[in-house]
Amino acid sequence: MTRFLARALGQRLVLLAVISVIAHAVVHLAPGEPSAVDPMNPRLKPEDVARIRAAFHLDQPLHLQYAHWMRDLLSGELRSFKDGQPVLPRIFDRFLNSVPIFLVATLIQWCLAFPTGIAAAVRRGSAFDRGSTVASYALISLPSFFLAYVLVLAVVNAFDVPVIGMHTFGTETGTPWLRAMDRLWHLVLPSLLSAVLGVAVLSRYVRSQMLEVIAQDYVRTARAKGLPEDDVVYRHALRNALLPFVTMFGLVLPGLVGGSVIVEQIFAWPGIGRLAYDAVLTRDFPMILTLNLIGAVLTLAGTLLSDVLYAVVDPRVRVSA
Amino acid sequence: MSAAQATVRADAAAGSSGASPLRRAWRTFRRDRVAMAALWLLAILAVAALSGKALTEWWVVFDPAVVRLPDGLLPPLSRARADRIPAADLPAFGVYLLGTDDLGRDVFARMLQGSFVSLSIGVVSVAISLAIGVALGGLAGYYGPRRLLGFVSVDGVVMRLTDVMLCFPSFFLILTVVALLPPSIYNIMLVIGLTGWMGTARFVRAEFLSLRERDFVLAAEALGLPRRRIIYRHMMPNAMAPVLVSATLGVAGAILTESGLSFLGFGVRPPFATWGNILADGRAYLFDAPWLFFVPGLAIFVVVLAFNLVGEGLREAFDPRLGGGPR
Repeated sequence: MTRFLARALGQRLVLLAVISVIAHAVVHLAPGEPSAVDPMNPRLKPEDVARIRAAFHLDQPLHLQYAHWMRDLLSGELRSFKDGQPVLPRIFDRFLNSVPIFLVATLIQWCLAFPTGIAAAVRRGSAFDRGSTVASYALISLPSFFLAYVLVLAVVNAFDVPVIGMHTFGTETGTPWLRAMDRLWHLVLPSLLSAVLGVAVLSRYVRSQMLEVIAQDYVRTARAKGLPEDDVVYRHALRNALLPFVTMFGLVLPGLVGGSVIVEQIFAWPGIGRLAYDAVLTRDFPMILTLNLIGAVLTLAGTLLSDVLYAVVDPRVRVSA
Repeated sequence: MSAAQATVRADAAAGSSGASPLRRAWRTFRRDRVAMAALWLLAILAVAALSGKALTEWWVVFDPAVVRLPDGLLPPLSRARADRIPAADLPAFGVYLLGTDDLGRDVFARMLQGSFVSLSIGVVSVAISLAIGVALGGLAGYYGPRRLLGFVSVDGVVMRLTDVMLCFPSFFLILTVVALLPPSIYNIMLVIGLTGWMGTARFVRAEFLSLRERDFVLAAEALGLPRRRIIYRHMMPNAMAPVLVSATLGVAGAILTESGLSFLGFGVRPPFATWGNILADGRAYLFDAPWLFFVPGLAIFVVVLAFNLVGEGLREAFDPRLGGGPR
């Protein structure tokens, strides 16, 4: 197991290095430098542009720029092009804002998708099955911001409550209880919208996985023994159907960075997605690159986690060193 | 035609087990009423897109670019006010079928034009990602164990490349590249295509790995057929079922991605109208002119839904483990 872990970690570190080089090259080689964001500004003289470029090391060869980026990143000194603030603390602040949405959304996803998928599989062909199928296709097919706008309109019209932002304006001086409830309420819609696509996809997957297991011989045996149907479904079938989903615990991680740009934009939620969006708009290279790298780290960590979990849960999977 | 061939043909026509896999899949697919309805809808859409291209650009009946400021924000089916705008600018039949936007442009004409652009974004980007995915997956699956430069296998190189690409948060990557590149419809197609081939590559590889071991490929090799022929005539058609499914689902995804990019302001720039940017522009008039928002939104929804349903129908039709029925 230790050898397996060491090997997996080593491989992923190499991958990470390759990814950082490619990301750096793509971002720097693409046209559109930070100094070219405002080309029409008459007060920006060529010598100013040259000064800006020198300050950001943009006039140096690519490999030196890469070295600068890596050195600053590893020493924690990396500063944003836009406002000169250190990058890592800002990302961490935004990260803390994104985590609640991410957690609640994941919770909603799993809590809704599993019962729906299982019920649809058990009562295959029933009205519920067909209804959930139609609903999940409909949810997959809607542009997310279209759904968000309709939902926001409906909620605001029906309940007459503010939903945009992280808290209601003017509640900063309220009691802690009021503030907490307000915060919680503001979490509801963004999390629900982030979860929608996942619920639709995951419930389909649960259903097909469950159908596959129910068709197997040992389930028929369990039925033939005269076990109650609930025991057959939840004790015998479900356990094996769950196996592939253990790996998904890891695979949701990268959603923290890239998954929420649109939702955070709609709800004016100061999270990582909006930070990334703003960084892209202002060509804030250190920020873009670092966020990309964090996304890659999360993906790699996620796959590692899922591999390990799978090996732990399923005795048939043997860890090869 | 020999007697044996004649029986085979007859078998195929009668739909017995002698039918080719494609024909069998088609029969299963045809029985799926929902998927067939979706397929018809896509056929209608294709006609609409082509005629939209023709009627808005070559033989202009519906001009999407005419600005009629006095007729701004008219609801659907309202008549053009002939006394206030020049006769040359009147819409076809004097009616705005789907209303007008803030500049008085005919939304129906813009949707028609947009249908071609949106659809071609979906199709072209999926074609790009399929080409890359099938090529790389086939390479890894067929030439997998072969060594490059003595120390890495072809399979290793391709799969590590796939891993690297999978590590980029895809929407963020698309956003970054689209923002940095000069805005153009071709860049958007290219970027969506270049970031979406990993899944295809993976399952084409898996398919090729298993096909390689099959008897008919072995027989083809024993017959001394050229390798190109083995790959393209014997293995490729057998690996195409999942590719077709993912292509159909991919078009749906690409159309949604385009609308998401439009929402963030990185979509296709004017004068091209796409459903995505009509929708994104329409949200500013959500209260004054809801049709600007709901018409493109529902159009995207219906078309993407149709692509998804056809894709699912195909998946069921190609799945040999299935005896039919909903799954």
